[in-house]
Amino acid sequence: MAIADYVAGYKHAWEVDENFYQDVEEACKTLYIESLKDLPPDVRRALERAHEKEQLESGKEILATLIKTVSTADDEKLLICQDTGIPVYFVKVGNQVRFDGLRLEKAIKKGTERATLEHPLRSSIVNTLTRENHGTSTGEQVPVIHYEFVEGNDIEILIVPKGSGSENMSYLKMLTPAEGIEGIKKYVLECVFESGANPCPPTIVGIGLGGSADKCAALAKKAAAREVGSPNPDPDVRQLEEELYTAINKMGIGAHGLGGNTTALAVQIEAADTHMTCNPVAVNMMCWPARRMRATFKSQSKPEITY
Amino acid sequence: MAHYRLKAPLTDEDIAQLYVGDTVTLDGIIFGVRDANLIRLFDKKVDLPEDLKPQLAGAIALHTAPGVRKLEDGTYEKVSIGTTTSYRMDRFTRGLMEDYGVRVIVGKGGLLEEGSQALVDLKGCYFTILGGSAALETTQVEAIEDIWWEDLMPEAIWKFRVKDFGPLIVSIDSHGNNKYKDVKKVARKNLDEILSEI
Repeated sequence: MAIADYVAGYKHAWEVDENFYQDVEEACKTLYIESLKDLPPDVRRALERAHEKEQLESGKEILATLIKTVSTADDEKLLICQDTGIPVYFVKVGNQVRFDGLRLEKAIKKGTERATLEHPLRSSIVNTLTRENHGTSTGEQVPVIHYEFVEGNDIEILIVPKGSGSENMSYLKMLTPAEGIEGIKKYVLECVFESGANPCPPTIVGIGLGGSADKCAALAKKAAAREVGSPNPDPDVRQLEEELYTAINKMGIGAHGLGGNTTALAVQIEAADTHMTCNPVAVNMMCWPARRMRATFKSQSKPEITY
Repeated sequence: MAHYRLKAPLTDEDIAQLYVGDTVTLDGIIFGVRDANLIRLFDKKVDLPEDLKPQLAGAIALHTAPGVRKLEDGTYEKVSIGTTTSYRMDRFTRGLMEDYGVRVIVGKGGLLEEGSQALVDLKGCYFTILGGSAALETTQVEAIEDIWWEDLMPEAIWKFRVKDFGPLIVSIDSHGNNKYKDVKKVARKNLDEILSEI
């Protein structure tokens, strides 16, 4: 973009006002509470499909119970899972928006705390060394906040309360270039086997490819947080998603690790380029209650809450 | 594969009749335990409160830390009660059974070698309750009857009264059968075949 164009664009930028930060705080409170109670429609559909397709009778019964859990949460206004997770936010910032980043982060944290205290929700966040629970679902560098900058006039805040059963089943390996795509496939399959019943299958298997080690792990989380049925636009990556999905569901781990052909609801990959000597792969599993909810802020209006 | 309706605490006969694949619906009292309170008990060697000890004979332990609301009279009301992954508490299984008389673990994900062996040696059982299904589980908890080691909140020791608690799936039984191990064995074989074709 030419400098003149950039300056012209800047003139049209949305400079947020004082109310914005209060709106973010309120929205994050809503997002945290509602994401724990109301499962996104794509995940519901994926569970229904899995229930229809499951061949093993006991697996079918387990999937029926999971579906019943979701409707019980709807009817009784209950949390789907007691694990309120580690609150993770993905913030997508339009390049035409101007705001104070520190105040935004404070508002996100405050909204998370208020949800925890006012609902109340179980606080699962502790000091890593002393194990002291702050009672607020927040702490040093928690919530975890990821940023992405895109063209546009909006700010989108997506919460992913990440349950620990699945988060503890996270993997990273720096494979060699010689191990290639085969190595990636083998590693992912071994991770899913190793994690077994622990991440509350059927899971969304999030995979990060490439980048540096830290980037790769973040990509895996981003992939796990994607809507079910949103394949990667890159045909090579998409093919890998499909192959791994088929292979994982042939393994027979099944819903809750008790057998059957429903181990993964989806396999989703995010890929970055990498160093010529590197072939990084990371796996981040999302448990079957793949909770997420987003608020989209447009200039001069209250946020729109969607999944 | 049979279905049983049982009342906690369980007897030797209750447990001996159960085999992997059976399902159970439970009424009565269960105790919530998990990482922080078991670390305090077994690693830091802090004695259990005297009034709790006798209650654990024949007891059912649930791997959990609930979401709760504290009421003005100091008691707790349920917000969300669900189950956590069991492998983290595996190494405390034998101690809970041998030292305190716990007979059944209710959890998710199954136990490791050590905990599974303790169940066989000491004639206990592991019931799977579905993880992530707290909405359902919460409706089956009638009351939070007591709490010990409240300072570990939410990882205190909890006493719940449950009704129609389940479905619980017998996945490790007192006869040495282990559903998780069986599934993993088949999955390993399937995986090796898949890997050989890559």
